[in-house]
This record gives sequence, structure tokens and C-alpha cells, in this order.
Amino acid sequence: MKPRIDDFNERRKHLAKMSDAELKAYFEKLTDQMIDPLLELAYTHTTPAIERSVLMRMGFSSLEAKTLTEKMMDYHLLEHGVGHVVMRYATLHGLSMRDAGLKLIEDSNELNKLAEAFK
Amino acid sequence: MNINDKLDIRKILLDLENYRPRRRGWIWRDQSPIDMGPFHYVQASSPLKNSIPLPSARHLGNIDPQPDATITTEIASGRFEDDIRRMRMAAWHGADHIMVIRTAGQSHMDGLLEGTPQGVGGVPITRKQVRAQRKALDFIEDEVGRPINYHSYVSGVAGPEIAVMFVEEGVNGAHQDPQYNVLYRNINMIRSFVDAAESKKIMAYGGLAQIDGAHNANATARDAWKVMPELLVQHAINSRMSEKIGIPPDLICLSTVPPAAPPSPDLKLNLPYAVALRELMSRYKMRAQMNTKYMDSSTREATVTHVLNLLISRLTSADIQSTITPDEGRNVPWHVYNVEALDTAKQAMMGMDDLLSMLELKKDGYLYDKKREIQERAILMMEEIIELGGYFQAVEAGMFVDSGCYPERMGDGIVRHMEGGIGAQTIIKRAHDYLAPVTAHYGYNNVEQYDKSVKDDPSKLIGGCSFEKPELIQYIDELDENDNVNNRLDETEKYRQTSLLKPEVQWLGDGVITLDLFFPTDERTAEAAGLVVAKKLNLTNAEVIHKEVLHPSEGTRIQLKGQVGFDIDIRTLVLPEKEELMAEETIFEYVKNHPIKVIAGTGGSDEHSVGMREVLDIKHGGIEKYGISYIYLGTSVPIEKFVDAAIETNADVIMISLIISHDDVHYKNMEKLHHYAIEKGVRDKLILLAGGTQVTPELARSHGMDQGFSRGTKGRHVASFIVKRHQKMYED
Repeated sequence: MKPRIDDFNERRKHLAKMSDAELKAYFEKLTDQMIDPLLELAYTHTTPAIERSVLMRMGFSSLEAKTLTEKMMDYHLLEHGVGHVVMRYATLHGLSMRDAGLKLIEDSNELNKLAEAFK
Repeated sequence: MNINDKLDIRKILLDLENYRPRRRGWIWRDQSPIDMGPFHYVQASSPLKNSIPLPSARHLGNIDPQPDATITTEIASGRFEDDIRRMRMAAWHGADHIMVIRTAGQSHMDGLLEGTPQGVGGVPITRKQVRAQRKALDFIEDEVGRPINYHSYVSGVAGPEIAVMFVEEGVNGAHQDPQYNVLYRNINMIRSFVDAAESKKIMAYGGLAQIDGAHNANATARDAWKVMPELLVQHAINSRMSEKIGIPPDLICLSTVPPAAPPSPDLKLNLPYAVALRELMSRYKMRAQMNTKYMDSSTREATVTHVLNLLISRLTSADIQSTITPDEGRNVPWHVYNVEALDTAKQAMMGMDDLLSMLELKKDGYLYDKKREIQERAILMMEEIIELGGYFQAVEAGMFVDSGCYPERMGDGIVRHMEGGIGAQTIIKRAHDYLAPVTAHYGYNNVEQYDKSVKDDPSKLIGGCSFEKPELIQYIDELDENDNVNNRLDETEKYRQTSLLKPEVQWLGDGVITLDLFFPTDERTAEAAGLVVAKKLNLTNAEVIHKEVLHPSEGTRIQLKGQVGFDIDIRTLVLPEKEELMAEETIFEYVKNHPIKVIAGTGGSDEHSVGMREVLDIKHGGIEKYGISYIYLGTSVPIEKFVDAAIETNADVIMISLIISHDDVHYKNMEKLHHYAIEKGVRDKLILLAGGTQVTPELARSHGMDQGFSRGTKGRHVASFIVKRHQKMYED
């Protein structure tokens, strides 16, 4: 920001008449105004780290989760959820979640097919 | 676990793959007023089953009152296996929140680390390391009789995975604040906030206490006290975000550090801020941290600053009182300084118990005017953030960590860009069919496309995730065959399995010692001279860690560290015998049947009599209590007079008190007493005892005394010795 002198006394004029309780309520209102758009953004988006954390909860090691997420990124599958892809593949082939994920790490062709199916 | 047995690190590492944490979530202290010894404490918590009280407690029946606040210590030497031993020592000194700092650079690792590599300035946080430490803390908390909270960091580009691992492994608290990533780690700001929402949701599920990262602003800003308005804004952003995601307010802890430190007018700057923060954030908990910004290499100076910080905690509030080791200004903390910092907190907090029942903060005048001003400045800053378009735009504009006190701006704030930083371009919009079939997932999750009935329980789609079924957790032992705990343990095995011993400050067998020197010269000469002393003493890697000018030419204090190259074999040590005390009843009974008379006084030219009176007088629990009668000759008594008086009154014992003196006069006086008694033909009828702060039993005996008594001697010690010796003489 550009340097500027302390104009606190000028800026505060609209706050001067507020009681301490009113000031606190105003502080909380401004807080919500700052964070609500951030929460909305988080609500509608995902990241590789989030997807890896989903795979860990599904029974994959950190190393497997990383490899699987990277592979799925190549096929633009993260927007559907990596756990979703594994679950769909497991159901399709009657595999456990873990066996399905490990198979997808090994076999990129299978990922390719899934990417088509998710389109 | 037996308190006389050391923790066996190899045993802790054994069968780690099958370890499951005994609980999840944070535990606060069991707070309530307590009576202890002759005192009543108000801001207190349940006493420990095993603990080490403050040194002076030995004059007060060894009471060890524990404050109401959770007390934190940060332990991260780079070798987690050595830190486990320090955790046990810290718990005995009152720590129930143990925080592990991460190794340098871990926040930029895109994924979890595994195994047990050695760290730099912290510990690589891995599942194995976390599991081993949590398992060790299970033993330690049983030993001290109080739950211990284990804590590390959920930040960096792998935040959500770390959060998952922490919940699985029973970690009880974590730092989590996306602003820390953005401002100090240059991780992309959008990525940081999107990841943080998931991390917070996971932490909420696991019941972890969350600590924010606002304190880093005052550690970074040029003038720490000017950043106060911004600190309020940073706390608000992280706390409210966490609350809206589901962390209960009583687990949202604000990391607050008094920003200023002496020689600035500490309380005038810090107290209004502390009040302003607690008033605006009254829903949340306060994690009061100590100041690090203005720490130098003097451990004394740091301790005084930290005591002033504790005064602020007591004048306002602290739910978690964190401690900073007084050596943090000069090295990665050593064992003893963790313990010193914990003792400082315990001592100051119990010393200031119930302070606000006697004082109140003045509502009119400077304190509350300043408090209101800080709050208004923070609000003006929030107005401008919103005006600029929101948080991201404000960071792009360089609004944060500017060295001006808002609304003053110096133009030196930290600038980050929405498209820049580590992890930029990795944020993906969720599609309509997006699904994550797991528990504690934040945000849009189209579970209904498969099963409407499990909408609020997505992991049911896969029969449960690792949070409900821990058997799903994949444990990795080691990835690096060279850099791991087994190899490190092998290197120091002789200090575990043989009788060899070596001094250490942080790692087993590190051999580091410190020297505290004074040279009657200027600073530069003293420093060079100190290093020569180290060389002549055969210390390696010698380094000056602190210097203090007493006068530009008259003198300088030098503290230095260096390593010794030798081991000590404990089989070769000669330990002084431990005097067994007689039961009080036995002493009473013996003296009743065998009256004993004592001649006492301070010898030579010594006017000090306090120590001796305490050993004699009945009101201090002295020997008089046991029926032993005494004649007190006074102070500065000539040596001959003791023996003459003993002959005259037919006494059995002479007790002489001798203060430390130049040229070992106190030992010469012992010999004089011994020889004069021989000369008068009464030595074999008399028990000669010498006492004083610098008297040691061995030296007293070698200078003709029957026994010597040092600092800390009580009447019972002396009475017990007199009776035993009298018994022996009588029998013979």
C-alpha cells in the first residue's frame, strides 16, 4: 500500500458515538463479511491435498494417495472427486476400495476408460 | 512404569504398527480451588500424582500447587526419540500440552512425510513419529496422573492430509491458520483457504483444539506493537471461519503474544491490547504465548520479560499458558530450559493466584481509552479490506504486516498475488456429481446421487472410513534406510546399554557443556580469551553463546558451549553415603532416656546466625523439639570457648556454624576445634558438628569433625545424627 500518515481521528468519526457493545457487534458483522466469500469458495472447490486426504480416509497410504491423485489429475478427474472415481470402479468390478485404487495406480487404461465414463 | 526406570525408546518403537490412541480430542485441566499445606489457592487445578515442585518448596513441605491454565512446552530438537525423554521431564514440571515444531521446509512438502528422518530446527512430522510420541505420552500421563495434550501443525500444502493423520493418531491440538501459509510461507492464498476449510472440518470431527497463527505478525513486523490492530483482524478471520465450519468456540484458541517487551514500557503497551482482544473475542479461548520478538541471548532478561507476560495473563486471562524457553534467543531449546520456562510459569502463576480479587483494571483513563482505540483501528482496517474487494484483494494490496499502526501505512507490508505462490493453479471447481465418500468432508458433496438416506453420513457409501474403522489406516514404517531412528539409536547405544555416561543438553551423548566466565577486560578480548579457555580444556566446537558487558574496560561475562570428548564410567564413581534418618519417635524416646546437651554458636568472626537458629530452635523444628537442650554462645565465638564451655557444662555435643570465608578459614577453624578438644583431653567424649552453606560432610570429616551439615539441613537431620553417634559411643 502507498504510505500514508495516521488519519485515525478523521476516519473514526462514524465509530465515535458507538457504545462498546455496538462496536463489538459491528466488528462481528464485518468479520462475517470478510469470511463468507472465502467459505463459499471452499464450499465449491477442491484441491489435490483435499483429494489425497479423502483417499487416506478410504484406506490408502499417503504415498498411494499421492500417486493416485496425480494420475487422476492427468485425466481431469478431480472435479468429480477421486474417492468417487475409486468407489465407482470398485462397484463396477466388485472390488474392495483398496484393491480398486491399487488397480487404478497400476493400469492407466482403466483410468482412461473411467474418464470417458465421467464425461 | 517405575519412576526409577528410564523410558525405553526401543520398547516404545516395538509393535508400533498395532498401536491405537486411547482417546481423541483435547482435555482441559480439572480446575478448582485447592488447599495445600497451610495455603488456599483459587486459580488452581488438581495436583499431580508425581511431580517436581519448585526448589523453594522444600521449605514448605514440598507442596506443588498447579495453576488452572493448561501449560505448554515446545519440544523439537530434531530427534524425536530424544524429545520423548524431555517430554517426561517436562510433564513432571507441570506441562500438559506438548507441542512439536516441524522441521524447516515441511510446509512446502506436497504430501505427508513418512519414516523418522532427522530434522532441522524441528522434527519431520510423520505418522511413525507422531504415533511413537503419543504412545510415550500415554505412559507419561499415567505417571504424572494428568492427561497430556499432544500438538503439532496443520499447515502447508498438505494440511488436510496432516489433519486426517492427526485425527487417526489421536493428536489433541494443532495450529491451523491459512493466513500463516499466505503471509509467511508464500503458499497460494486461494489454495490455503480452500485446504483450510477441509482441515478445520477434520479437526472439528477429531475434537482437536485449534491455535491460530496471528502471533507471527508481531514476530515479523518491524515494530511489533504497531501491528496490534491487524492482530485483531487476523484473529477474527481465522476464528470465525473455524466456528462457521464447526469447531466449537471453546476449542478455538487465539495465539496471543504481548507484542512489546522491555525496555519499552511493557504493560502500557501490552495491557490495553490484551484487554481489547479478550473483550472482542470473548467467545473463544486464549492461548497466551510469551514474547520471542525481543529475545536476545540473556536467559535472565528473557525470563523477566516472560514473567511480565505472565502478569498480563493473570491481569486478563489465559486458558492455555504457553512457555518460551529462555535460551530460544541463542539456540534450539535445551532440556533444562524447557523445564526452567515451565517452572517460571508455574511459579509466577501460583504466586499471582487470585490477583484480581485484590485489584481491578481502571475503566476510566488511559487503559480503556487505548483499548477502545486499538479496537476502532482494527474495525477501520476491516472496512478497508471489504472496500478493496475482500481478503484476497487486501493481501494483493500489501495491507498485512505493514509496519505502520493502521490506518497509518509505511508501504512495507507483505504482498502476495492470487495467481502466485506455491500451489497456485491447483484449485479445481467441483462438478455437479462431485463426491467424497468419507466423514468430516467440507463443502459440496453429492451423496444423494447414490443414496439419499446417507446424505449426512457419506462414508456409509463405502462401509465406513478410517475415522470409524481404524483398521483401514495404512502404516508406513521407514522409507530411508540411512536416515532413521534405528540408526541413530545404534550410534548412541552405549549410553543406554552400558555404564557409560556423558553430559548432554539435547541429544543423548551430545557431550555439550557450558562455561560461565568473567574476564576483567573488554568485550572483544574477553570473547577471544573465552575461546582459549575452551581450547585449553579440550572442548571441541566451542562457541560463545552469550556475552554481557559489566563495564567497557573493567569486565565482561562470557558464556560458551563446547563438547567434551570423554565418557564417564559410572562404575568408577564414588558416591557420598546417604544418611538414613531415624524415625522421629525413636529420637524422642532415646533423648528421654539419655539426656543430651549441646553447646552451639557461630565460630570465628562470623555474625551469621539465622541458619544455626533454625537448626536449634523448637519453633523452626530444630533439635530442641526432640528434647535436646542447648546452650547458645552467640556469634563470633572464639574457638577455644566452645570446648571450655562444653567441659564446664558437661555437654555431649558442640555445634559450630561457619560461613564460607576466604582462604578456607572455616576449615582451619574446624581443625582448631578438633585439636583443642584433644589438647583438653575431651575429644573422645564430644561429638563435633560443623554447619554452613558451603560446608560439605566429606570435607568437614576430613578436617576433624564427626559430621558436616550443608544447605537445607533441618533439625531432624542433626538430631538423628547426634542420637546415632551417641548410641554408638554409649555402646562402645
